[in-house]
Amino acid sequence: MKKFLAMFLIGALAALSFSGCSKTQESSSAAGETTKAADKASGDLVVVGFSQVGAESDWRTANTESMKSTFTEANGYSLIFDDAQQKQENQIKAIRNFIQQDVDYIVLAPVTETGWDTVLKEAKDAGIPVIIVDRMIKVSDDSLFTAWVGSNFEKEGTDAANWLADYLKQKGKDSEDVNIVTLQGTIGSSAQIGRTNGFNKVAKEHSNWKILAQQTGEFTQAKGQEVMESFLKSYPDIDVVVAENDNMAFGAIDAIKAAGKTCGPNGDITIISFDAVSAAFDAMEAGDINVDIECNPLHGPRVAEIIKKLEAGEKVEKLQYVAEGIFPAETAAKDRVGRAY
Amino acid sequence: MKLENFFKKVNGQSFMLSVTIGLFAVMYIIGMIVFASKGFSNLQVFLNLFISNAGLIVVASGMTVVMIAGGIDISVGSVVAMICMMLASFMEKGGISAPAAVLICLLTGLVFGLVQGFLVSYFGIQPFIVTLAGMFFARGMTAIISTEMISIKNELFLKWATAKIYLPFGGYVNKKGTMIYPYIYPSVVVALIALVLVFAMLKYTKFGRSLYAVGGNEQSAMLMGLDVRKVKLKAYVLNGFLCSLGGVLFALNSCSGFVEQAKGFEMDAIASAVIGGTLLTGGVGNVIGSLFGVLIKGTIETFITFQGTLSSWWTRITIAALLAFFIVLQSLFAKAKEKK
Repeated sequence: MKKFLAMFLIGALAALSFSGCSKTQESSSAAGETTKAADKASGDLVVVGFSQVGAESDWRTANTESMKSTFTEANGYSLIFDDAQQKQENQIKAIRNFIQQDVDYIVLAPVTETGWDTVLKEAKDAGIPVIIVDRMIKVSDDSLFTAWVGSNFEKEGTDAANWLADYLKQKGKDSEDVNIVTLQGTIGSSAQIGRTNGFNKVAKEHSNWKILAQQTGEFTQAKGQEVMESFLKSYPDIDVVVAENDNMAFGAIDAIKAAGKTCGPNGDITIISFDAVSAAFDAMEAGDINVDIECNPLHGPRVAEIIKKLEAGEKVEKLQYVAEGIFPAETAAKDRVGRAY
Repeated sequence: MKLENFFKKVNGQSFMLSVTIGLFAVMYIIGMIVFASKGFSNLQVFLNLFISNAGLIVVASGMTVVMIAGGIDISVGSVVAMICMMLASFMEKGGISAPAAVLICLLTGLVFGLVQGFLVSYFGIQPFIVTLAGMFFARGMTAIISTEMISIKNELFLKWATAKIYLPFGGYVNKKGTMIYPYIYPSVVVALIALVLVFAMLKYTKFGRSLYAVGGNEQSAMLMGLDVRKVKLKAYVLNGFLCSLGGVLFALNSCSGFVEQAKGFEMDAIASAVIGGTLLTGGVGNVIGSLFGVLIKGTIETFITFQGTLSSWWTRITIAALLAFFIVLQSLFAKAKEKK
């Protein structure tokens, strides 16, 4: 019996010391945290919890940076940032933790459109306003969020299609058959649905436009390249590639070049892309992409504006679209001047 | 020398369990100290571990059962996604009532487990391969049902999902001046009941004991007169059921069906079981350990969000370190046993 007790004590000690080891990253990072927490307690910083989708694309990184650079302590904010690694369940957990940390505002860039009723109800019960950015959400009760800031994806889609119509007219090809393939975003995301629908709506008005295939490249370069490779094998005469974000366009360009074809304003295949991140401007200047429809990721200032109004007790408009442009390759060098991303 | 003796003498299973529970306690206390000003010590933070992981707790129990019997099931994440999608599609598109939809889903899980179990036990195919096929099949079926997200709006289902059960104590007033009492959802109650039932089954029933016998040494289990194949089959059927129940709980938390849901869920379940002291080689393990495995994972996630600036990928890195640590510990016990 004595022996057993001794063993148990050793076990408990071992458990303590072992867990001490595995905890080192946590405690070292916590050291920087305590000072911050102390600041917060003394000052009147507005605490904002931001749950971001992930870091899957350049656009997303620019979006995160915009938030981080807007909600600084110098501006009177304390930002709690959480990367959900593309998983909705992680975001639900993060929001629950924000509520427990008693944040003043929750900013949510949702992974999915649906499935927010339960957790947003919890936020509402705790009296914390929720601001949605980027993708829209579908909830049974609109009062579950205070405002939404984002892009009009369907308009982006129609903009792209209208540009293509003008472009074909310019080239005198508006009566020839045009073979189109689409690299879709993650199926079910607002950007994918909006851009696909917007483009297809206009495409239907042109009887000579033939959409050969639409397949998802999941917004990533690797998958975009893979899907484009299979497109090139199955369809020898592709005229237009619509990539629903820049990263997939980069992948498609690699696949096209590897197949011995050319793309861009002076090539065989016309490339239409979305987002217009800085690397895409590089590609336009290099003559690989024909046109890029902007999807403005700089949501930070817009969200800050909303929070200021709410702090002052003013009403805010529920849906707020950010301004977005269309950038053809010809003017890319000029257009990119002064862009922050 | 001394250390070797230690591993020989001490009871491996209860030691592993106490390490896991001790680790959880220490982590949690550190959290309460470090994030004291941020409300980490609120009872609700603890309850949220259960609320957010109700599905995983049940799925990890099923995984533990299969692993004790010497198998593995990597299809669970996809099955959870398929169950969510089926629920959403039945209720929103098929017009089926919530209880009927849940029932069909639970039955589907049973059948899924039955087929996988049959292939594993009666055809002698590697469980990894069988369940790999199951994983692809379930994920594929999810996409066949619908590639678009379906939001669950069924009133009764939402009522189950949002019915808060308030605890009468431990409340606090938040900054906005709202009094908040700690609460749980019905999903937590279901998860804990399932856990207790599986625990009792493993410990006190003939079937439970034969699982350990089969996982520990198939040959001697057979010589003892156990129908090894039947035991294995039953383990997979039970796991299939628990997996679909976990899927229903998952759906109560997310209220939607979506192809990309619960990706990597199987790995979380396996990791929780291993951290909880279940041996990959079979014969050893219990669901209480797996519960604490889930709670440890949840605590690390909570740490990351409370910290606020750290990349959430640290969750994975910390889990990796813990896994390595626990596997080494297990192998030390295994070695000591051999020498004995």
